[in-house]
Amino acid sequence: MSVPVLSVLNLRVEFPTRRGSLTAVDGVSFDIMPGEVLGLVGESGAGKSVTGAAVIGLLDPPGRLAGGEVRLAGERIDRLRGEAMRRLRGKHIGMVFQDPMTSLNPLMRIGDQLVETISAHLDMSGDAARERARVLLSEVGIPAPDLRIDDYPHQFSGGMRQRVVLALALAAEPRLIIADEPTTALDVSVQAQIIALLKRLCAQHGVAVLLITHDMGVIAETADRVAVMYAGRIVEIGPLRAVLAQPLHPYTQGLIGAIPTLDSELDRLVQIPGSMPRLTNMPPGCAFHPRCPRVLAPCRTERPPQIDVARSTAACWLYREQAVAP
Amino acid sequence: MSMDSPLPQRQPGVLRRAWDSDLAWSFCRSPVAVGASIVAAVMILAAVLAPWVAPHTPFDAATLNLMEGFSPPGEPSPVSGRVFLLGTDGQGRDVLSAILYGARVSLLVGFASVLFSVVLGVSLGLVSGYVGGRTDALIMRIADIQLSLPAILIALLVFGVARGLIQPAYHEEAAIAVLIVAIGLSNWAQYARTVRGSTLVERNKDYVLAARVMGRPVTAIMREHVLPNVVGPVLVIATINLALAIIEEATLSFLGVGVPPTQPSLGTLIRLGQQFLFSGEWWILLFPALALVLLALSINLLGDWLRDALNPRLR
Amino acid sequence: MLAYILRSLAQAIVVMLAVALIAFAMFRYVGDPIASMVGQEASVADRAALAERLGLNDPVMVQFGRFVLGILHGDFGISYRQGRPVADLLAERLPATVELAVLSSAMALVFGIALGVYTAINRRGVVANLLMTLSLVGVSLPTFLIGIGLIFVFSVELHWLPSFGRGDVVRFGWWSTGLLTDSGRKSLIMPVLTLGFYQLTLIMRLVRAEMLEALRSDYIKFARARGIPERSIRFRHALRNTMIPVTTIAGLQLGSVIAFAIVTESVFQWPGLGSLFVQAVQFVDIPVMAAYLMFVALVFVLVNLAVDLTYFALDPRLRETEQTMVR
Repeated sequence: MSVPVLSVLNLRVEFPTRRGSLTAVDGVSFDIMPGEVLGLVGESGAGKSVTGAAVIGLLDPPGRLAGGEVRLAGERIDRLRGEAMRRLRGKHIGMVFQDPMTSLNPLMRIGDQLVETISAHLDMSGDAARERARVLLSEVGIPAPDLRIDDYPHQFSGGMRQRVVLALALAAEPRLIIADEPTTALDVSVQAQIIALLKRLCAQHGVAVLLITHDMGVIAETADRVAVMYAGRIVEIGPLRAVLAQPLHPYTQGLIGAIPTLDSELDRLVQIPGSMPRLTNMPPGCAFHPRCPRVLAPCRTERPPQIDVARSTAACWLYREQAVAP
Repeated sequence: MSMDSPLPQRQPGVLRRAWDSDLAWSFCRSPVAVGASIVAAVMILAAVLAPWVAPHTPFDAATLNLMEGFSPPGEPSPVSGRVFLLGTDGQGRDVLSAILYGARVSLLVGFASVLFSVVLGVSLGLVSGYVGGRTDALIMRIADIQLSLPAILIALLVFGVARGLIQPAYHEEAAIAVLIVAIGLSNWAQYARTVRGSTLVERNKDYVLAARVMGRPVTAIMREHVLPNVVGPVLVIATINLALAIIEEATLSFLGVGVPPTQPSLGTLIRLGQQFLFSGEWWILLFPALALVLLALSINLLGDWLRDALNPRLR
Repeated sequence: MLAYILRSLAQAIVVMLAVALIAFAMFRYVGDPIASMVGQEASVADRAALAERLGLNDPVMVQFGRFVLGILHGDFGISYRQGRPVADLLAERLPATVELAVLSSAMALVFGIALGVYTAINRRGVVANLLMTLSLVGVSLPTFLIGIGLIFVFSVELHWLPSFGRGDVVRFGWWSTGLLTDSGRKSLIMPVLTLGFYQLTLIMRLVRAEMLEALRSDYIKFARARGIPERSIRFRHALRNTMIPVTTIAGLQLGSVIAFAIVTESVFQWPGLGSLFVQAVQFVDIPVMAAYLMFVALVFVLVNLAVDLTYFALDPRLRETEQTMVR
């Protein structure tokens, strides 16, 4: 049984405001095995990006880690500060952001940006680093890398830029990549290419991925396992096929049901009534209960624990029998 | 659905909302803002009430005693035994009273010129944003020029040209009015730009188009929809500009092209005090200078705080 | 690139012509050019004759044309107050102002950028906050008070520096400089500090704001996520990107230093163009006022041109041509 490359246990992230502390991430736990792709899916505001930022230690102040553990290959990293955390970033954990237009420094040639990253972590200088940069560029599918290595970001299209971003994230050979909405800002036609590229690269280099997105379609293409987030909590987590075919949590069922398919006979999209609660107005018990079509009495008052059901886990009182059973 | 109570609640009154608002909260939390407003308020009040508050009447020649001249601050005059809190100048004028009256003039010119700038700038901004086209381009070009030239230069030019156009006999009477216009003309562009921006945004919105179709007059649309949006930024600009206007007036008066000598402002007092720098009667210069700095600084701090408080990105 | 330069040049010429028009209007319509040339006793007929001879009855455009031609030949008219050609007055006083302006701008730029970077990096430090508060005070302090304050400390109390004038200057043809003599250098110190102070606080606050903005941007976030050392992030990334808006704004500011010098020159009785202008306003000496206006406009336009070109050199995005755009 190998050690998970990332292990998150009861993570809590709080934002102190003048009205008291808001909990954006409330007791989130998951593991990612080496080379695995875990999709973290949920609506806007569910806390997915905050989770990703917390793992890599780039929370925007005043946000802060208020509890829980983050372990990278068994070692705790959530307590690290400053220089120690910096050494991890890029070298062990990489991150890719949503907007390739703004992720790259417009005044620096991409070759220089690559070389900078490479020489910051690997013991390479000048020509060696540049050669590696060239190799990376061709790996991510940039044509004529010898010519393009000295170009500026604005000379690339959106899809090309995201490829460069991927190259930069992989430059120092991290074991885990956190991809925060990597395709949302791209044209639909390009999205598929980038997703395929991400999957291929990570398989080749044995890199695990925490894929954060609101797009179930992207998850379906890429992920090995799926975690569904709602209002700062994980409501369901399990293998991709299981979650897609037999969603356990009513919220997940709603999400899957809301995806339009070619062979359905509905003339209206299925909607989940209501909206996700605001952080300032969290309901007691299960956060989803006000919108839940299958709500039970305990849901209103007690927060459900993660209950193992078949190969997945769901935080739902519907499965309380399984919770009690030995 | 919503967890709120089903009954609609009364909206609390404007004052209550203002008190509860983020603005009031951050004001009370900021010692700088509170301190600055107290200082500013005290000074402005004292200046406005100068005729009643000042211990002496420094510009009424009949009350002056030349022998009381050059009295150091806080010490009794060797001739009359009267004590002047901040001393007297060469003519026997009480410095404290002179400062109060001087501040009055400075504030008058400052407020009036800011008012002028606001009215001019906001109007031009509204016209520019609403009418668009060549008018817009022209107005914005002129605004660019005003923004790139130093205010002093513009004010001096206007003043000089006005002097050339007005008969010498009327120079003194018209001086304050010309000064107000001169300073006002050097500071309107920021308002115009801001208001133009807001107008452009609102103009293209559907409800404005609907109002136009219904025949609502343009002025009503402006008043109801555009103006409320710009009050905040205009207020911030106006506060900071007030401090600038006061300093500008002081500078012009210091240069000798500001208020006439019969109605000295703080700048004039400083100019008069400068000649005594080398001879040791430092109080004639220092106190008016301090008053000017305190006034400008407190208003500036207030404006700075206001800008940060109203800036949504810093919240 | 060529189109860019030509366009900037064309704009510059348009601005100069517009300013010339204003100057011409001042000359012709404000004050009375005839009254200043003849005495009170001149008869109506004499005035009419003079008007005819000066071409004052010709169409406005012709007069304007003549005006512009005169300017291009260096003829700015005769000072009402001093009776001498304005061009001579300008030439006499130009070196003093230029020396003052250039030195204070340089000082403001160097220290402004340094302090701006420092206060941006050490956002919450005690020294940084102190500097920011001082800069706020600086913005509230009128320039003339700073000058007077310096005079009081260094001339009245300490007797270290002279309180007025340029000291001894060395002449090269029609140019003169105070940098080569001891008294000249001493005379420069306080005026340079006074004039530069406002610029310095402005640049410092600007650099700080821009750098903080840059440090918040996405590419910095991504750079941090790649584990780039903080030092590199600050200086290679944030500072470099800060320089573009700073260059533009600071550059434009520098153009107006010539005009800001008005106050400083008056405080220190510096024999430059600024004090000349103030006297002209006091005495309604229209030709001098108009000439000064044109000169300031020229400086502005030249500085703007220089800034445009620098911008072009700094930002690779502006150098785009059809060939390098690849999908």
